[in-house]
Amino acid sequence: MQEAMIKRAKELLADGSVDRVIGWKRGEFAYDITPAVFTSAEELEHDFVFDDFTAANVSKYLVKETAKEGKILAFLKPCDTYSFNQLIKEHRIDREKVYVVGIPGGPKLDIEKIKAKGITGVLSVKNEDYTLKIETLYGEETMPFSEAVLDKCASCKSKKHVAYDELIGEDGDVLESNRFDMVEKLENMTAQERFDFWRGQLSKCIRCNACRNVCPACTCENCVFDNPKSGIDNKAAADSFEENMFHIIRAFHVAGRCTDCGECSRVCPQHIPLHLLNRKFIKDINELYGEYQAGADTTSRAPLTDYTKDDCEPSVVHERGVE
Amino acid sequence: MQRIGVFVCHCGTNIAATVDVKAVAEALGHEPGVVISQDYQYMCSESGQELVKSAIREQKLTGVVICSCSPRMHENTFRKAAASAGLNPYLVEIANIREQCSWIHKDIATATDKAIILGKAAVAKVHLNTPLSSMESPVVKRALVIGGGIAGIQTALDIAEAGFDVDIVEKQPTIGGKMAQIDKTFPTLDCAACILTPKMVEASQNEHITIHSFSEVADVKGFVGNFTVKIKKKARYVDETKCTGCGLCTEKCPMKKVPNEFNMGLDNRSAVYIPFAQAVPKVATIDPNYCMMLRSGKCGVCSKVCSAGAIDYKQQDTFIEQKYGAIVVATGFNPINLDKYDEFAYNQCPDVVTSLELERLMNAAGPNGGTLLRPSDKSHPHTIVFVQCVGSRCDDEKGKPYCSKICCMYTAKHAMLIREKYPDTEVYVFYIDVRTPGKNFDEFYRRAVEQYNVHYIKGMVGKVTPKSDGKIDVQASDLLANEQLHIDADMVVLAAAIEPDKTARPLATMLTTQMDTNDFFTEAHPKLRPVESATAGIFLSGACQGPKDIPETVAQGSAAAAKAIGLLCKNSITCNPCVAHSDELMCNGCSSCEKVCPYGAITYIDKEFRMPDRTTKVRRVASVNPAVCQGCGACTVACPSGAMDLSGFSNSQIMAEVDAICK
Repeated sequence: MQEAMIKRAKELLADGSVDRVIGWKRGEFAYDITPAVFTSAEELEHDFVFDDFTAANVSKYLVKETAKEGKILAFLKPCDTYSFNQLIKEHRIDREKVYVVGIPGGPKLDIEKIKAKGITGVLSVKNEDYTLKIETLYGEETMPFSEAVLDKCASCKSKKHVAYDELIGEDGDVLESNRFDMVEKLENMTAQERFDFWRGQLSKCIRCNACRNVCPACTCENCVFDNPKSGIDNKAAADSFEENMFHIIRAFHVAGRCTDCGECSRVCPQHIPLHLLNRKFIKDINELYGEYQAGADTTSRAPLTDYTKDDCEPSVVHERGVE
Repeated sequence: MQRIGVFVCHCGTNIAATVDVKAVAEALGHEPGVVISQDYQYMCSESGQELVKSAIREQKLTGVVICSCSPRMHENTFRKAAASAGLNPYLVEIANIREQCSWIHKDIATATDKAIILGKAAVAKVHLNTPLSSMESPVVKRALVIGGGIAGIQTALDIAEAGFDVDIVEKQPTIGGKMAQIDKTFPTLDCAACILTPKMVEASQNEHITIHSFSEVADVKGFVGNFTVKIKKKARYVDETKCTGCGLCTEKCPMKKVPNEFNMGLDNRSAVYIPFAQAVPKVATIDPNYCMMLRSGKCGVCSKVCSAGAIDYKQQDTFIEQKYGAIVVATGFNPINLDKYDEFAYNQCPDVVTSLELERLMNAAGPNGGTLLRPSDKSHPHTIVFVQCVGSRCDDEKGKPYCSKICCMYTAKHAMLIREKYPDTEVYVFYIDVRTPGKNFDEFYRRAVEQYNVHYIKGMVGKVTPKSDGKIDVQASDLLANEQLHIDADMVVLAAAIEPDKTARPLATMLTTQMDTNDFFTEAHPKLRPVESATAGIFLSGACQGPKDIPETVAQGSAAAAKAIGLLCKNSITCNPCVAHSDELMCNGCSSCEKVCPYGAITYIDKEFRMPDRTTKVRRVASVNPAVCQGCGACTVACPSGAMDLSGFSNSQIMAEVDAICK
């Protein structure tokens, strides 16, 4: 797949269709993959990577990239295309300036799950028939592929590309996922249990802002958390209440726009399951206003910024919040 | 440093009986920034206002908080008082301690506590108030009336009378509306056409009135004083300017089997038609669904016989664009569809008719030339049963929850006319109650009962069954005699509920006006602003706002005209300064605000911004038209980055109020 992508990227660069390519390159470690922009065939040959660790969603980078001159080639996995559409809908990406090549999605691997098995000093990871052959400083290890899959991929919602100019490989379908199982579990807790669960999780937050910075729904010119006029900037460190509120405010801000790409939880260095907050909103929206998938298209009106006579009464929403 | 004055009103005993006003004044006197805190019996009285004014002058107040009734009552009073004392009127805040406090509490301690909290919130807000000034916006001196029924005609005539140009847009080929279909009018029994057609002619002759018949409103942009409306003139395949209305084409047209909608489908018309003799404009229209020339290219008779050369088979829909200062909605009503009322056999038996169908059956221009005959066999009916409230005052899905208002009276009219013309006919009226509020209405109904011996029976009809002998079995209950009845009827007349015209809903969206759950347009205030919509510059005339009889419709039509004239008289209008504005440096251009704006006040512009490195960057940002914005604040909530804010109700002001309440 990587070869096919590099080949196609080189063709499009050569014929002038695009002048840049956004994909991924290796960081310090083999599993440490980051999004990167390539401008020449040489760079592509040398650095371009597409493997089991290229989980990062590159859609958000297109906000800045399409503000520039010229056209960029973006390789988007199915989940990334939802974010892409949502950003088109919000006028954050200039569609004219992107050439989208749809590529197959995950499941991608979570290095933390490999490390959790006590496997350290990882040099490379190879998938051989769903068994991972892991070369480390201390010799070769193996583990089943399924045990190292990223949480967000384990509950994948769709293998279908909702936006592309061309595809490499086959398109998939929207999947029946189990992504709301954990939300349901939380809903069934008592208020105190739920409060304790979230206090436990959110108290781990070091307020590094990684979740916000990676989130494709968080593309504000000036984030409320950076805006002194908003009254909520830089308060996280002040007390634990503010620390909890950071994530809740963020979840409210992306409600109805979050495509459930799962990047927030993937990048959290403290392993807070932040996506559960967003999923709770998605589940509620589905139940209260009818099924809605943000980013499934570029034209539909989101339930929270639309009004129909069939909308549920506010009291319905209220009653659900009472024990 | 803020210098705030607090004024607590007793409102006689309205507030003072439940709220310890002295304690409220005392407590608020200790709030930060408050330099004077007083109570007074009637703050809205001349002397009360003087108290506020002199405090502004003597204490050099920078903000005023009035603890009194709802701001809807006296906010303007106190704003004007403040302005006359030299304080910007938008530095006045009202804490509603009457409707939201004294009237709803019984316990003095609780009510007093709450009044203090409401006062504190207002003080916290007024700390952040900024002086606001109103803008002026010019007024286009032309009005649009949507709908050419009696409501629209009356409104247009009155506006034209005041010297302003006015356009009527009517979707049918002629103006006249429902009243043109009605035979006689209650409670005087004069002929509807005799009183309507002079008005139709007057409208067509008035130099200030332009009638766009067979036309629809396609698009509305703009705001009060400055609407731009796109009107779709549907192709009628006849050149309006050439057609003389001679009617020769309608006689010669070979396609004569078209259900005549003017006669409620009770007879047929030709494919090229003029709805009725007094139609305005008297211009033929070709029905493309039936015209053989348009359907198959074979015929062309009308074109051959037309000496004026008015027939144009190639005519297309055309659009015209016009600017208006005011828009009056007069889209009217229709009887509801009775398909779901199987119990009344409306779809099974031609002799079960609606009241509007009966109007046509009795009308001289109707299918039987004014003789009342059964549609099925053209025989004289001898027993007629009227059923009231078919779909009105109905709690289930089939009908409407409201009273259609006109049915009791027109049924009394029908019953009386039938008994007058055909004394051998027995007339039964089944009713839930008879509602006759109106001048000379109850006298009219009593005449039907006492003088014309119409059998009024309290009770509902349960089942109407057509029988093989042509009679109709009407099974009903007489609630007063407590018995079940079977009546062998020749005809059954159903008083179908009325509903707003189906075009009203999409129109409301275009006009960004509000409707109730029944699709009637909502007035700005049910009692005090009954002919204005909540959207500035849009007025309501006739049954589009709620069920109405003719006198009420005409009265409201004139009232709407008066309101429109009041607007058109002005050269410019003062806009409400409490409008939204976007902080362009924070705006992402995401369109969330535009989507929730019910008034279409938000557009997007590409604006160049200077960047720190001396380059420029073009970004898409929201721009609010302050003349259109009504200050609802929906955009401020939808904005993800907090770029949208509402003057006079800013995010920080509202947060300050919440903080004051929660403290």
